[in-house]
Amino acid sequence: MSQIPPLPDEPEIAIRVRDVVVGFGQKLVLKGLDLDVRRGEVLGFVGGSGTGKSVLTRAILGLVPKRGGSIEVFGQNLDELRGARRRSLERRWGVLFQQGALFSGLTVLQNIQLPMREHLQISQSLMNELAMLKLELVGLKRDAADKFPSELSGGMIKRAALARALSLDPEILFLDEPTSGLDPIGAAEFDQLIATLQKTLGLTVYMVTHDLDSLYSICDRIAALADGKIVATGTIEEMLASDHPWLRAYFHGQRARQLALPQA
Amino acid sequence: MTSPQPKEPATGAPQQNEPRVSGESSPDGTRLLLTGLWTLERSGAMEAAAGDLERIGAKAAAHGGALLIDLAGVAGLDTAGAWLIDRARARLAQAGAVVEVRWAAERQAILLDQAHYRSFEASAPRPGSPLVNWLANIGETLVSAGRDIVAGVSFLGEIVASLLRALSHPSRLRPTSITYHVENFAFRALPIIALINFLVGCIVAQQGVFQLSRFGAAAFAVDLIGILVLRELAVLLTSIMVAGRTGSAITAELGSMKMREEIDALRVMGLDPMEVLVTPRLIALLISLPLLTFLAGLSALFGGLLVAWGYGGISPEIFLARLQNAIGLNTFLVGLIKAPFMALVIGVIACLEGFRVQGSAESLGRQVTASVVKAIFMVIVVDGMFAMFFAAIKY
Repeated sequence: MSQIPPLPDEPEIAIRVRDVVVGFGQKLVLKGLDLDVRRGEVLGFVGGSGTGKSVLTRAILGLVPKRGGSIEVFGQNLDELRGARRRSLERRWGVLFQQGALFSGLTVLQNIQLPMREHLQISQSLMNELAMLKLELVGLKRDAADKFPSELSGGMIKRAALARALSLDPEILFLDEPTSGLDPIGAAEFDQLIATLQKTLGLTVYMVTHDLDSLYSICDRIAALADGKIVATGTIEEMLASDHPWLRAYFHGQRARQLALPQA
Repeated sequence: MTSPQPKEPATGAPQQNEPRVSGESSPDGTRLLLTGLWTLERSGAMEAAAGDLERIGAKAAAHGGALLIDLAGVAGLDTAGAWLIDRARARLAQAGAVVEVRWAAERQAILLDQAHYRSFEASAPRPGSPLVNWLANIGETLVSAGRDIVAGVSFLGEIVASLLRALSHPSRLRPTSITYHVENFAFRALPIIALINFLVGCIVAQQGVFQLSRFGAAAFAVDLIGILVLRELAVLLTSIMVAGRTGSAITAELGSMKMREEIDALRVMGLDPMEVLVTPRLIALLISLPLLTFLAGLSALFGGLLVAWGYGGISPEIFLARLQNAIGLNTFLVGLIKAPFMALVIGVIACLEGFRVQGSAESLGRQVTASVVKAIFMVIVVDGMFAMFFAAIKY
């Protein structure tokens, strides 16, 4: 994958997570977790169901309070950012939620325009044009613009939600299981779309996924979560070579073997 | 091009890296130098600068010669910036100028290609004439009102059919579900309904004693309280509270079940949503509302007794004695007979509105509001009809 060289005044690491502890009640979900996401890479984040993948994502986004540790985005500690500085940082990331989280009372076009309307000082005509441009970038037809989310198919919802996540030209894109619920062809198209956008827009992509195809085809690095910690990070080859029991089960299971064989 | 006056963003150095355009004549045409950050971070200034680009370009093109848009000085570019630059290029070219974009870095070239200018005019909805739209709206409203009535009647029919089916097969009555709903609708609503009726009883007693004492008839306040509370107030206040509290809950519950395809899931499992969801709630309401009305009446009478004692000096013994003379069994029954009808009105409207929820959160809110407003309105209408009916039969 193409690595975009970082700008000289920006750190190499886009997201730096250190010793993060998150728990609910008595139960600790993340127990001192460390993770680095480099600028311009596609990081695939794997882990069994219920191990806290979404919790970490939500902790980075500030949706779940953490009990300890620090999270830095572009070298800025999130705990120390308040008010306008926090908002200006939030403009630099876009999030694709698992179910899309499109606003059901707004059309697709209005959904894409909502962040622009709130954050930018541009004319309505330019907003319309930019929203339509985003719509075409994610591969939706123009007639989808005036539809409501309830009239869209699952794949179209994902694409529309991706267009909304991209509406402010973010530098980091968070994807929560982007290909879940899509058919294999649609999932492959979506993977390709993310790879293309990542290359052209120079995005840093943080992707929670269960889709082995995505891991093989578009991820630069993979981080694996087990027992509340990152047990391994590295390329797909390093994952395949790992001895960790969960990783062995994950990457050498029945479904993984069929993918690994042609490449081996 | 119109653009709102750009405000400086709250963060970052305002003057540094502002997107700017400057024209520069050269022998083979005009160089349009772009500098600064052409990104959404400078959204307002960027749109203004794109306007400058078109204006300067058009002026230069009028003098003849080619236009070169020079990107070498651009510090940052995103899709919005690329779109604006390419839009200016396309519009200048359309006006007959020879335009070329030069010295774009590799990434900028990719962005310019991805965000190349295209017209989105066709996708804009065509606004019709206001008069036609207005007439169309009236027509639509009329037709949907007609459909409302048909849907309501057919729904009532379905409910009656499913109630009858339940009565003919008592084994399909779902006692657990009914008990659960009675607990929610009646038991948990009791404190608030008792309190409201207690307070209204107090107010009626105070006003009765105060107004009637001018005629030396303060003792008749007891008759007033007894008749008013038992015939009208207890059942009316209880029904309105239940419409607001339980009707809205039923609509929201059924509506969100419909949104999440849970009702379709019931149907494909061979279960009748009417039987599983609607009948237990309706039966629970039919049980709850008379119980609540009875207790509401007691609570209001108790409030009246306390105020008549403290404020009007009517001792509890006298109050009870007068009350027994003032009211008969029929006064009590008039209120109670109305309760199941109110329950039916509230339940049918709540379920009907719940099933009409569409896919959006907005429609859920709209349907819940409609459910409460329609239910309260119909409760008052039904109460008025009963008042006329009981007056006619002198009960």
